[in-house]
Amino acid sequence: MRALVCVKRVPMTGGRIVLTDDAQAIETRHLGFASSPHEECGVEEAVRLVEAAGGESVVLTLGPAEAVEQLRDAMAIGADRAIHLQAEGEEWDAQATAAAIVDAIRADEAEHGPFDLVLFGNESADAGGYQVGLRVAAALGRPAATGLKAVAVGDGRVRCEQEVPGGRDVYVLPLPAVVTVKEGLNLPRYPSVPGRLRAQRKPVATVTPTRPASRLQKLRLVVPEGQGTEATVLGHGADAAPAVVRVLDELGVL
Amino acid sequence: MSDFPARARALVIGCGIVGNSLAYHLVEQGWSDVVLVDKGPLPNPGGSTGHASNFIFLVDHSKEMTQLTVESTRQYGELGVLTVCGGIEVARTDERMEELRRRMASAKAWGVEPVSLVTPAEIKELVPYIDESILLGGFHTPGVGVVDSLRAGTIMRERATEAGGLAVFPGTEVRGMDVEAGRVRRVHTSRGTIAADVVVIACGVWSPLLAAMAGAHIPLTPMVHQMIDVGPVPRFAQATSAIEFPIVRDMDVFMYERQDGTSLEIGSYAHRSIVHAPEEIPSIEEAALSPTEFPFTQADFDPQLADALELMPEIVGDESVGVKYAINGLISLTPDGMPILGETPEVQGLWSAAAVWIKEGPAVGKSLAEWMVHGESHIDLHSSDVARFHDHQKTRAHVVARTTEAFPKTYGIIHPAEQWSSDRGIRISPMHARAEALGAVFYEAAGWERPQWYEANAPLVERYGVEAREAEWDARWWSPICSAEHLAMREHAGVFDLSAFCIFDVQGPGALDALQRSVLAQMDVPVGRVVYTPVLGPGGGFKSDLTIMRLGDEEFRIVTGGAHGMADRKLFRDALPADGSATLTDLTTAWTTIGLWGPRARDILASVTGDDVSHEGFPFATCTELEIGSQLVLASRISYVGDLGWELYVPIEQGARLWDVLWEAGTPHGLTACGIGVYGTTGRLEKGYRAYGAELESEYTVVEAGMARPTVKEQSFVGKEAHLRHREEEPAAILCTLTVDDHMSASGVKRYPLGREPITLRDGTPLSDGKGRRSYVTSAGAGPSVGKHLLLAYLPPEHAVEGSTELAVEYMHERFPVTVAVVGSRPLFDPENARIRS
Repeated sequence: MRALVCVKRVPMTGGRIVLTDDAQAIETRHLGFASSPHEECGVEEAVRLVEAAGGESVVLTLGPAEAVEQLRDAMAIGADRAIHLQAEGEEWDAQATAAAIVDAIRADEAEHGPFDLVLFGNESADAGGYQVGLRVAAALGRPAATGLKAVAVGDGRVRCEQEVPGGRDVYVLPLPAVVTVKEGLNLPRYPSVPGRLRAQRKPVATVTPTRPASRLQKLRLVVPEGQGTEATVLGHGADAAPAVVRVLDELGVL
Repeated sequence: MSDFPARARALVIGCGIVGNSLAYHLVEQGWSDVVLVDKGPLPNPGGSTGHASNFIFLVDHSKEMTQLTVESTRQYGELGVLTVCGGIEVARTDERMEELRRRMASAKAWGVEPVSLVTPAEIKELVPYIDESILLGGFHTPGVGVVDSLRAGTIMRERATEAGGLAVFPGTEVRGMDVEAGRVRRVHTSRGTIAADVVVIACGVWSPLLAAMAGAHIPLTPMVHQMIDVGPVPRFAQATSAIEFPIVRDMDVFMYERQDGTSLEIGSYAHRSIVHAPEEIPSIEEAALSPTEFPFTQADFDPQLADALELMPEIVGDESVGVKYAINGLISLTPDGMPILGETPEVQGLWSAAAVWIKEGPAVGKSLAEWMVHGESHIDLHSSDVARFHDHQKTRAHVVARTTEAFPKTYGIIHPAEQWSSDRGIRISPMHARAEALGAVFYEAAGWERPQWYEANAPLVERYGVEAREAEWDARWWSPICSAEHLAMREHAGVFDLSAFCIFDVQGPGALDALQRSVLAQMDVPVGRVVYTPVLGPGGGFKSDLTIMRLGDEEFRIVTGGAHGMADRKLFRDALPADGSATLTDLTTAWTTIGLWGPRARDILASVTGDDVSHEGFPFATCTELEIGSQLVLASRISYVGDLGWELYVPIEQGARLWDVLWEAGTPHGLTACGIGVYGTTGRLEKGYRAYGAELESEYTVVEAGMARPTVKEQSFVGKEAHLRHREEEPAAILCTLTVDDHMSASGVKRYPLGREPITLRDGTPLSDGKGRRSYVTSAGAGPSVGKHLLLAYLPPEHAVEGSTELAVEYMHERFPVTVAVVGSRPLFDPENARIRS
């Protein structure tokens, strides 16, 4: 089993999102970075598949020098090695990103043989383009399934469950295949300290792809109205208990 | 909101542990109309209290810190939020073991008990998941505990609110302050404007921004302290309380590990200094976690993981134990590592309660409340006084430089005389080039570069046969040249660069009254007299000691040490009459001071001036103007080293010239340049002269210090009633001079105590006086002319017996026998003061 999982370094937004003065980017001065949540599940899945079947899990990202942190995070929970497509500054749109990833996959496969499964997050947490996985699949001529909440590999095939209103659609794809996954696919593990220490020693191959001229132009970002959270005080002391029970009941957790 | 009051007796800004505690204690001590606001929500408004690790180690080498910590722990216990779990500071190196032995001495000096040194096997018994094979030993404090600081704050707010004295307003942001005639009047908040007699900034890492609103300074900076939380730990799975095992401080790698429920929290001070500016802190809305919990920077922590793994492999090496939570928590750090407390020198009525950690919070609240309500606190807070900073020490650059240097030393082994290496060379005396040419080793005093000794005097060491110190620690930041310079001064004469003095002129028709009210000694003296005087607090303890020259009927010059000079300036400024009939001018940078002392001092001075410098013509404790060549020099015949001589004051730009004139005239008389090692230690201790901050603190009285004069002046002064009372009482302790009888340690190396060590019976039993204070070494140093290592210490009367050999000094966990050489202030060297008065 050879699994490749692609991740993207995105800002961890917890509070109100602030834009840079030119509205071209999110102000990240106070923010940490992580892989998109969907992709964290992708990494966990790739690691589990290789733990179960043997083989190799590889993590890939396209991003700035700092994105190596996300590669180490993935290796800390078990990915074996990393490929860093180092890209500074300018915006890489979905087309350009997919092209660079395809090149990297072809180069890696030429050396190590084909990846049975290439995993993407369904969409990135920041740009939310929903495209890169499918573009890569199309370029490689491999079958793809998107928005998956369950993945099972066996007998040269991957069984995919896609959440749809009212239930799940199940697809079975022959390997090699491309899948895009969603949060809820699994519960990603926390990295252990030995895992962290091992990650520091695992190899990261760095490639500097050339960015093709972008065919998209970003005008500006806009923070949607009404963003933010609202708190309702349900009551004080023991008197609040019935209201709390009502809310829990509505949420279906009781 | 309509219920927001229009005025308050005290407005406390900040609902962290300090603000909550202060508001509570103000109400406890009788104030009402106290208002507490915070921009954040309750109970965790988002400051550093909210992410604190909340553990409390009791022993610090600083008495002030230890007292604050012990009192805080008592309060947490009383509030029911303290879980005592014990704590062990472990050593991986011999240097650290020595440091832990020194810690034993500090514990005994400050009365923290029980404590003990423990073996690796004993550590293993207490902390079964540790790899004791990499340890040499540890320092165990069973009283170490973990507190719930947020809960403590809530209880204190509730108590004060229920008592009717406090109103609390979360979600209330301070937007501006009105200062009129030097006093804070009103504070503008998001809920409206409130007038207040007293405004307290208890805003942690935000405090500098609040102070700036009023034109004041709180020189601290937010700095990152990293911590991670790993779990679930199988061994802790059955934990029934938050902490059941002792907290471990892995001192040599600057980390700590503590159980927190089913997790292990690992904190680090080993990473690079990560400084943030207060204005960079995100708003509550923008912050991903809380404003003071910054995103974790993994790369900074990575190198520490291996250290944690090495110490606790069972937990940290467990593949099933994950890193669940990791933050860069902001903490407040200051240029000298101490809190920032008290009324700001810039704005009356505006107080700082900042740079306070969890372990000090409740005690700081109580102490500040005492200070506000009664004029002073039980715990002497002079090292934390916001008024202590000189102007350059308030700058962002200085704060960043010093905190960046200090952060890696958080768990470091700090020598008591250790010098800063960053941001030096700020204040340069006019004699600096001369000092450099003589190979001066510069120590810093109030930003001044001050010669501690001169390497050019190295040949004197052999000439006077001064012994070197064998132990590296005792010899660090010290030189036998100090003692050699001392002996040269006693034989011939010494010249001293005293530029670090602070000099204030108080002038005007109200000057005499203002000074009379401020100091113990009679100031209505003839013009030309020099008066040495303590300055007392309301309780009759020491606030300062200094000299005042009467230069005219309405003109006085105060000369005080640089280190404490800014606090003194505030003290005298605050005492000026409201009618403007007296003014205070800071002339520190207008005048420089050169000291000239020794048996040949008169010969030297007489050779450069035609004025009368004879004993009769220029008596002791007088001052007058001398013509020295083309310089008019204010000469003051006093001495802090116990020899004949003068302090010579000239305009700062003429200092180098005066030095040259004295140097040339003095050479035939054997004049030697002497450093502060002589002035501040050897000369002083041989004469039993007391120093503020060492012997003289607010918890000791004039009588105990042996400094009571035969009579007390008629005029009223601060602390008079208490002082009169003290004179009627038997002193609970008496300041004595002790000599070390035998320096030989068990390892065959001679050891020399450096100060702050406990004085005990020969069997190690500590001495406590009637007020519960331990006897400890207030100052230590060589007495070259008496051939002994000297210690000053307050002793209970039953032990203050001259010639008594029942006592010992405990140094590095060994006891060295001492003799009580002098009880009281009689000098050991030249007890008749014949030299000074010759």
